[in-house]
Amino acid sequence: MHEMSLAEGVLQLVEDTARREGAKRVKLVVLEIGRLSSVQPEALTFCFDVVTRNSVAEGAALEIVDVPGAGWCMQCAATVPMAELYGSCPTCGSHQVQPTGGTEMRVREIEIE
Amino acid sequence: MCTVCGCGAGEVKIEGGAHAHAHVHADGTVHVHAHDHDHAHDHTHDSTAPAGAHAHTHTHADGSTHSHDHVHQGEHTHDHPHHHDHDHGHAAHGDLDYGSGPARAHVPGMSQSRMVQIEQDILSKNNAYATANRKWFDSRGIFALNLVSSPGSGKTTLLCKTIEALKATLAINVVEGDQQTANDAERIRATGVPALQINTGKGCHLDGHMVGHAMERLKPAEGSLFLIENVGNLVCPAAFDLGEHHKVAILSVTEGEDKPLKYPDMFAAADVMLLNKCDLLPYLQFDADLAEANARRVNPALKVIRVSATTGEGLAEWLDWIKAGVAVQQGKREATVDALQRRIVELEQQLAAR
Repeated sequence: MHEMSLAEGVLQLVEDTARREGAKRVKLVVLEIGRLSSVQPEALTFCFDVVTRNSVAEGAALEIVDVPGAGWCMQCAATVPMAELYGSCPTCGSHQVQPTGGTEMRVREIEIE
Repeated sequence: MCTVCGCGAGEVKIEGGAHAHAHVHADGTVHVHAHDHDHAHDHTHDSTAPAGAHAHTHTHADGSTHSHDHVHQGEHTHDHPHHHDHDHGHAAHGDLDYGSGPARAHVPGMSQSRMVQIEQDILSKNNAYATANRKWFDSRGIFALNLVSSPGSGKTTLLCKTIEALKATLAINVVEGDQQTANDAERIRATGVPALQINTGKGCHLDGHMVGHAMERLKPAEGSLFLIENVGNLVCPAAFDLGEHHKVAILSVTEGEDKPLKYPDMFAAADVMLLNKCDLLPYLQFDADLAEANARRVNPALKVIRVSATTGEGLAEWLDWIKAGVAVQQGKREATVDALQRRIVELEQQLAAR
């Protein structure tokens, strides 16, 4: 969903940081994208290439760190792996599962020179 | 640590020792090679990148704002022909030149590029705009709602009915989000309240920045109601906070009961769901109870109101909920004003005592 806007959000954060650090070029951008964040890494990579044209991050490599989904199941009182947001607990089948990991969409770090 | 060659802050490296480099090319391929000596090197990545996409915002005479992207020709070219120059800086007579790197200096153990931690949410920019909008609403006692649904669920008709019922007692401003046309803003203006159309062009949602501009234009009165009709889309608007107090999802009975399960993000982000077009229930095979149960599965705290914009069924409950929200906001503002007035009196007393 809306990967183009997200790519622009990434570029803004990268450009702000590059400006603050006085960087001439951004070589690498590392993102953390959770499996429950409804972001398609392939689509984001495509959009990132498009939005970074003519910017300080032009040609920068994009590394996407996959964060597995996890949730707290109220019935089991335990952390369980989750394949989809609002999905059921793989152990007991309950839908009372609060996502605790895998919803992140973050820019972790960039490499500049 | 620099993840490219493993050197960087806190990493001790012996100058001249063996180390490996990974080069990442514009096309994403990674290329690793080892060196048994230290040297400075340049990379030239020549890519024939065409002019990229950029956005323009036009303001029309009627005050509507219209943003659109231009994508230039050749935009989808993915071949980045590049050559890979290794400028090893071997000066005359085989001397090694460590000063020819981009930083014109060489620090043992430090690469000339460095990693910078950002650790920020991708949506943090939008969230900052939204937080500013919400603060502005709160300081003026304005109650703001973000209405979201798929296209054709009856959002604009429902808004017109809501405005007709409330406009005598409440100042109302409306922001209309659509890809194209100012049709919806015209429909709202026909009810006699100010409305501003935002055309998102290729965009699939409104964002906090657009709404901030709309607020500046509309200048909503203190203690008023601010309604934002988002672009008809059950996916993207869920992620973008506009600074509203509540998202209101509208589901019509001519859609499927399983829509809350198919598009859970939106129903999880909403605080209220209006089940619209309920006057049509006798003619449809739509199970309203199942639709409600599905919505509560993704959001157990969701408030559901069954309405019909055509017959007015259920609208009283919806209008009461809005009035209660406006009253809370007005109360918050009065409390702020009272606190400020008390503070002024205190400060005046302190000044007088000097």
